[in-house]
Amino acid sequence: MSELTLGYFLRRLGMWLLTIWIGATLIFTIPRLAPGDPITAMVERMIQQAGYIENSADLIEAWRARFGLDGPWHVQYRNYLLSMVRVDLGYSLANFPARVTDIIGRSLPWTLGMVSIATILSFGAGNLIGALMAWRRVPAFIRNILPVSLTFTSIPFFMFGILLISFLAFKWKIFPAFGNYGRGVEPGWNLDFILSVLHHGLLPVLSIVVTSMGFWALGMRGMMVTTDGEDYMILANAKGLRSRRIFWFYGIRNSMLPQVTALALNLGAVAGGSLLVELIFGYPGLGYFLYQAIISADYTVIQGIVFMLIVGVATAVLILDLLYPMIDPRITYSKGQA
Amino acid sequence: MTAATTIDAMDTVMVDSGPSEQDAVLDIRNLQVFYATPSGDVRAVDNVSFKVQRGEIIGLVGESGCGKTTTAMAILRLVQPPGRIAGGEINLDSVNLADLEGDDLRETRWTKLSLIPQGAMNSLNPVMRISSQIKDTIRTHEGRISNRELKERILQLLQLVGLPSRVYDMYPHELSGGMKQRACIAMAIALDPVLVIADEPTSALDVVVQRVVGETLLDVKERLGVSMIVIGHDMGLMAQLVDRLAVMYAGRIVEFAPVESIFNEQLHPYTQLLIESIPSIKEKKPLKLTEGLTHDLRTHMQGCIFQLRCPHVMDICREENPPMRALRSRHETACHLYDDDGIRLH
Repeated sequence: MSELTLGYFLRRLGMWLLTIWIGATLIFTIPRLAPGDPITAMVERMIQQAGYIENSADLIEAWRARFGLDGPWHVQYRNYLLSMVRVDLGYSLANFPARVTDIIGRSLPWTLGMVSIATILSFGAGNLIGALMAWRRVPAFIRNILPVSLTFTSIPFFMFGILLISFLAFKWKIFPAFGNYGRGVEPGWNLDFILSVLHHGLLPVLSIVVTSMGFWALGMRGMMVTTDGEDYMILANAKGLRSRRIFWFYGIRNSMLPQVTALALNLGAVAGGSLLVELIFGYPGLGYFLYQAIISADYTVIQGIVFMLIVGVATAVLILDLLYPMIDPRITYSKGQA
Repeated sequence: MTAATTIDAMDTVMVDSGPSEQDAVLDIRNLQVFYATPSGDVRAVDNVSFKVQRGEIIGLVGESGCGKTTTAMAILRLVQPPGRIAGGEINLDSVNLADLEGDDLRETRWTKLSLIPQGAMNSLNPVMRISSQIKDTIRTHEGRISNRELKERILQLLQLVGLPSRVYDMYPHELSGGMKQRACIAMAIALDPVLVIADEPTSALDVVVQRVVGETLLDVKERLGVSMIVIGHDMGLMAQLVDRLAVMYAGRIVEFAPVESIFNEQLHPYTQLLIESIPSIKEKKPLKLTEGLTHDLRTHMQGCIFQLRCPHVMDICREENPPMRALRSRHETACHLYDDDGIRLH
């Protein structure tokens, strides 16, 4: 019997924490390996703008203390981990009084919404198309049309995004070229705002869905062909079950299992890919702000956003891990079985 | 080819003199199943005719590739392309299954005839509980039934095949091979069909479990009075289980007789070799059945299909296809070796 045991949950949670800790440590280490010092760089930039700043050396020292960059590395590391636990990601270096958590708080919902909707749509549509391509009871002309929907798979999604913008946004002006909602609408739970958000989000979502669903469709088609040859499919037919039930509960249900594994493995790539899409569509999510932070050497924001991405992907994998035994009873939650 | 078919058809009709004609549950006439290949049709089942009486168990034996399973799949209308039913009738309770299509066919399946599959190991959906797999069958054919009633019914079925009630909530991977096979038997009788086809029900099981499954089948037959077709190579199981035995060779039935009769006296040379090939623990004997070749099933053979391997082949065997004749009481054989009175010629 597959029941969620506390042991299984704790082990998965441990993996989740370990992933995040390793990620956090890498984020801490890598910028410190790079030459240069963000505070010095920033003050030098200010000097260039203002021409001259008095006591610039003192200023640099003061700011280093303010950002906790003056202690030895193990003290810095300890403080860093503590602040991560407290979800205190510090201040933005480029836009000083702004806190990193505020920037993330503003942009995270947009990324989360866009990426999860795009992933769900692409996963769902791709798998359905793949399954139908392999299902013999589907009329042949539909099965021949379906692969056409996958032609865009070979185009990189950022190229496809540029294509969408140039035609649908600039040439025909059907969709906005950038932003997350129109200027005139009041954010909140009103119809205008929701429609505006959908209108703005459609192109980025479309560019991800159209270019990535082929991956799922091809995998699903292969799985479905294999499943269709299984003995239980023959028995399901002999039982006189309705074709629709066999398709969903015997065919797709069994073919889905490796696809879900592939989804968990691909979440990192999906998250990474969405950053570029946000950039192309000027969509103010994590990716957009990450880019801004990189070009302005805003280390704290880079750290914060990358950390958020790691937490997000690790959490999604954790959720899939916990769900997996529910969709495949052969994987048991309890250790040592199966 | 058409001429040959007609002659065979006439012969079959003449010879068929089963005890109570009206009581035949299944009446197969001149069934032909062909598989299309680039170099012509393979005649996997060629002019097979037989009847199954109510409450009777028929055994279907023969070497691999002789068309046993194809015959069963044709009765279930589960022949997959490139195979097709090329001709003949499959009358089940006076309905010709070969003519059914779409929902008519779907509704007939399992309510009238069910299958105990060959690979019970993989025949259950791995992601559904045993109870759900029986439930969806009952619900599909009988519509809405209260959960309580359904559960009671399924528990009864499990009990009937000797499975403990905890199997109800289990998944296939939690059952042993024998338990899976019995779960399949429980599923097969869930809708009280008139005919159950068991396709090698005991292959891939160890001998003890084979015996248990055999006894379960016998028990089910005695309690429900269901007719069965049991396919297999296992002569021991056949002796234990079936009433009449049909021996198939190269897509045709060559001998058809009550099981005691066939174990006492094999008339067709192929059946003789087949029975002789059963290993004995008392003596070491050579395997004789390996001599010669099966003819190419893509060509229609002039004369007897067994002529290439037959130790007693005569000139007439190369000319004429021997018709099925009742040479003993209810003991039919297609062989030129006997005259019309059943006396062996040489």
